[in-house]
Amino acid sequence: MTTGTTAGEATGHAAAGGTAAAGATVVLQGLSRAFGATRALDGLNLEIAPGELVALLGPSGCGKTTALRILAGFETADAGSVTVDGKDISGVPAARRDMGMVFQSYSLFPNMSALDNVGFGLRMRKLAAAERKRKAGELLDMVGLAAQAGQYQHQLSGGQQQRVALARALAIEPRVLLLDEPLSALDAKVRLQLREQIRSIQQRLGTTTLFVTHDQEEALSMADRVGVMSQGRLEQIAVPSELYDSPATAFVAEFVGTMNRLPAELQGQAEVTALGMTVPVQEGTADGLVGDVDVLVRPEGLRVAAEPNGNGIVTDRTFLGSLTRVSVRLSGDLLVKIDKQSTDAADMLPGTSVNVTLPSAAVLVAARA
Amino acid sequence: MAAVADIAHAGTSAPAPRTAARRRERPQAWRWIVLILVGLYFAIPLYAAFKFAGFKAFPKVFGQAGFVQAFTLSLRLALITTIITLVLLVPTTVYVHLRLPGIRRLMESVTILPIVIPPIVLIVGVLEIAPGFLKATPNLLALEYVVLAMPFAYRSLDAGLRALDLKTLVEASSSLGARLPATLWRVILPNLRTAMLSAVVLTVALVLGEFTMASLDLYQTFPVWIVNFEQSSGPVSVAASLLALIVTWIFLMVIATLGGRRTGRTGSAVTLFSVSRQDIGGSE
Repeated sequence: MTTGTTAGEATGHAAAGGTAAAGATVVLQGLSRAFGATRALDGLNLEIAPGELVALLGPSGCGKTTALRILAGFETADAGSVTVDGKDISGVPAARRDMGMVFQSYSLFPNMSALDNVGFGLRMRKLAAAERKRKAGELLDMVGLAAQAGQYQHQLSGGQQQRVALARALAIEPRVLLLDEPLSALDAKVRLQLREQIRSIQQRLGTTTLFVTHDQEEALSMADRVGVMSQGRLEQIAVPSELYDSPATAFVAEFVGTMNRLPAELQGQAEVTALGMTVPVQEGTADGLVGDVDVLVRPEGLRVAAEPNGNGIVTDRTFLGSLTRVSVRLSGDLLVKIDKQSTDAADMLPGTSVNVTLPSAAVLVAARA
Repeated sequence: MAAVADIAHAGTSAPAPRTAARRRERPQAWRWIVLILVGLYFAIPLYAAFKFAGFKAFPKVFGQAGFVQAFTLSLRLALITTIITLVLLVPTTVYVHLRLPGIRRLMESVTILPIVIPPIVLIVGVLEIAPGFLKATPNLLALEYVVLAMPFAYRSLDAGLRALDLKTLVEASSSLGARLPATLWRVILPNLRTAMLSAVVLTVALVLGEFTMASLDLYQTFPVWIVNFEQSSGPVSVAASLLALIVTWIFLMVIATLGGRRTGRTGSAVTLFSVSRQDIGGSE
């Protein structure tokens, strides 16, 4: 596991954004969990600072949901510890953990109105009816659903249901907020709105939050730090920009954003030759590799220019607004994607002969796929 | 090519409105014919019974020796059976759904056994092994009815639970601080109302109509009384069975209305045998 940024640094980052850090500190240490022969978690270490929103990102089956469920108290770890504010909570049942959770599937109680759903946790805490109603009303108001207080689950849209679920989870003033892919059942537009709403509420309340998702855009746009998981371990945890700009491993590089792979040859440990150019290697990424490797370059990292006898031919061009994505077929049937300012992309018509070159900056190297 | 396709399309689509109209009409007529046939199938025996009993026989029923005792016994048995059935089966089905979903198939086949095994076999077995203190009371019969009602009650509850996302609801509830009893009482049971109601209706209907076991156990329940009484007065006995039918029907309507009142607020009518609205349209 590579830790790009420590929790402390990230808190600094969050505090700079004007966040009150009132939440708890969560530490997962050496968590392992096997389901039969499958190792869902394999020694996961994660620290979440007070008020921080950490997203766990990864393909399905990478263990991110298991980690969240262990923190919630719905699963038990085979090994490792879970501490909140320094106290080991492994033996505490879910009902006593004070963790608000929003689920992937709609989880409102069908027999209760939106208001009663939000007030449920307060009722369990023996709050007087009037106080409960007032507080639940406030929370519904916060998620913009004051007018729907009397409605039932089947009268609410999917987005509204998840907003009520969020209000319900926050009503108990949880020490930790757990979001288990809460947006994945919603359509794209609602997802986008809700994403911003969740983030702004979370920042306002300063609730420590663990957010599990397989959608990188969601993770990168909402989280203070994003942990990319693979096979039960954290590959890298870092602030979104760092994850994108300097991925620690080939897995992270290819999982986050679009990545081109080009065959290359290592020249020692510091330089690599690809596309006929020799460029420096990003520190540490060539460790243990020799000879034939791949270099990984983002679409915006490659240069392309029209040239009569270039090394590739444009096959496709997609207008993305200010950028235009150009697909180029290099010799050896290798397809690469290159982003170019749309104002410079007028001559990139399909069939055009072009020359693709590497940037002079250090590149990421990975074992030949 | 496109033109050919167009023509071919036009060729098939031109007469379509007429066929569609006819298709719409024909089933309508068929529906009525089937409805009337089925209606007659049920109505003719009832009419024949009315005709045979005559109006005068009805008031006589209540004055007959043993009627009140038999009827109250049947009601008492219905009550005891229903309570035991719910107390036993609701936690069991919830537990199976929540913790042992793997044995649902097994449960299904086990719970169907009382239907597969003839009542006569059941009753001989029960009489053979039942402890003496139970044999002397009608409670033994109630216990037998619990077994008889199990297939129906289990299926109702099972369908009701399947329509809920039980695991998520329970987890949501416990993350909000509810222990299992509170979750059961405030979240699961209220959402199982319709399913429990249909289990109750089926159980009550079964108890009020069961003859074989009661007769073999030598209890004078209402159905047994009707058969015994038939030997002395045919018309009055038939009037009694018609009354039983009507009373049972009214009883079921009352249960359904009681159950429907609160669910009605959320916009769904209680249907006895299709379990809930989630069952029908709830794949959302």
